[in-house]
Amino acid sequence: MSTFFYTKTHECFQIDESGQATIAITEYAVEQLGEITYVQLPEVGQRFEKGEPFGEIESVKTVSELYAPITGTVEAINTELDAQPELVNQAPQIAGWLLKMKPERPEEQDACMTEQAYQDYLENQ
Amino acid sequence: MKLQCTPLHAQHLQLGAKMVDFGGWDMPVQYHSILQEHAAVRERAGLFDVSHMGVFEVQGAQALAALDHLFPNDISRLVDGKGLYTQLCNPQGGILDDLLVFRLQADCFWVIVNASNREPDLRWIKEQIRDYDAKVKSLADQTGILALQGPLAGLILSDLVLQPTDRSALPVFSIRTIELAGCEFKISRSGYTGEDGFELYVPHHALCAVWDLLLKHGQIHGLEPVGLGARDTLRLEAAMPLYGHELNDQITPLEAGLGWSVKLDKEADFIGREALEQQKAQGLTKKRIGISMPESKRAPREGYTLYQGEQAVGQVTSGSLSPTLGYPIGMAYVDLPIFDPQISIEVDIRGKRFKAEIVKLPFYRRNS
Repeated sequence: MSTFFYTKTHECFQIDESGQATIAITEYAVEQLGEITYVQLPEVGQRFEKGEPFGEIESVKTVSELYAPITGTVEAINTELDAQPELVNQAPQIAGWLLKMKPERPEEQDACMTEQAYQDYLENQ
Repeated sequence: MKLQCTPLHAQHLQLGAKMVDFGGWDMPVQYHSILQEHAAVRERAGLFDVSHMGVFEVQGAQALAALDHLFPNDISRLVDGKGLYTQLCNPQGGILDDLLVFRLQADCFWVIVNASNREPDLRWIKEQIRDYDAKVKSLADQTGILALQGPLAGLILSDLVLQPTDRSALPVFSIRTIELAGCEFKISRSGYTGEDGFELYVPHHALCAVWDLLLKHGQIHGLEPVGLGARDTLRLEAAMPLYGHELNDQITPLEAGLGWSVKLDKEADFIGREALEQQKAQGLTKKRIGISMPESKRAPREGYTLYQGEQAVGQVTSGSLSPTLGYPIGMAYVDLPIFDPQISIEVDIRGKRFKAEIVKLPFYRRNS
């Protein structure tokens, strides 16, 4: 199992053996949002620069932008979320994943935080 | 800045609450789920810690005259043990706060104000009534407030309290003394949820005991602790304005749709009267409306713009998924006379237009 990399805006991703990146939001982000009611995702084929907004996530109490943690092109979106946005609450980094992307610059992951670094970052917030 | 805590802070943490900074107070936004807590209040009962709110006592031979000078509603029509909803206005008619006033005795009144306005309200009131034989003091440092709300609130209370608190003994907007957990304190039939319910003004030393007793006893009736998240969705469905959102010092009670609580025909002159009379005579330039989006998954949010065709006609002040209705609702101000109630309306949600319906307020009204 490959490891997750994290951003300061609480997105995370892991790159599998085929080189595809799965993008999700973190447990912490989900806790902050509360019950999620809608996830606005881009279309397959769209390209995003690292740090560019790719979608939006709405909860009962708020709406937040989602930022691409890595540069690449969308290869798949989690279509389950349209009918079951609560999957993001239940398992944000598993069944509640958002996108699969083909990264253009996989080395961008080196500029992201490891799990441990992200936990430290949260504690010092 | 260090956040202020209510005496129930440890209880909230123990119950697993997620805490947020609410106007400088570390308050529970939810214990487990906003949707569940919302449903508990609509279907059974919920208990809220709203001890961050302010309680002022106004006392003196001219207390009544002082309050009738401060507030647009008619304080002179109150009898002992009765209260009403009103606002604190500036001379331009702009709202400084909205609040409840209770008459305890002919020369003693309580004023219940919003947490974020406690200090400025107190300063304003002191300044404005200094020529009256009346003194205002804050009881907030010694009094906590609990809100027990929901269709089963009366049942839960009647099991624990000897004094009658049914609707004939304690009608809506009345206040009386009860004894609970070995402590005497005031309770009013009032709230901010659109349900039947009570607000309990409990001395700090007894607050934890009363909270624990209510939760423990109420459990068999399905009583749950409820955070500020559900408090917001509940008041939104009931179309109750929230200071800082629907109300501010640039908005008058007439524009906010609170004209029913402004008594321009009362005897006493009050701050803002002239401005409000003038506004009434000239007509409004904006007003509060309700919108619903039954076909949308996205909610209208504060600051979103409303359109009719290409014309921007107003702005959303509050909005959310309505847990009871199952679709998004919101409140907004529209510019008059640009806004045309006959034409369909759209909300700009982050660059895209979504259809909305104009609906009569409130969105939710309880049966009974």
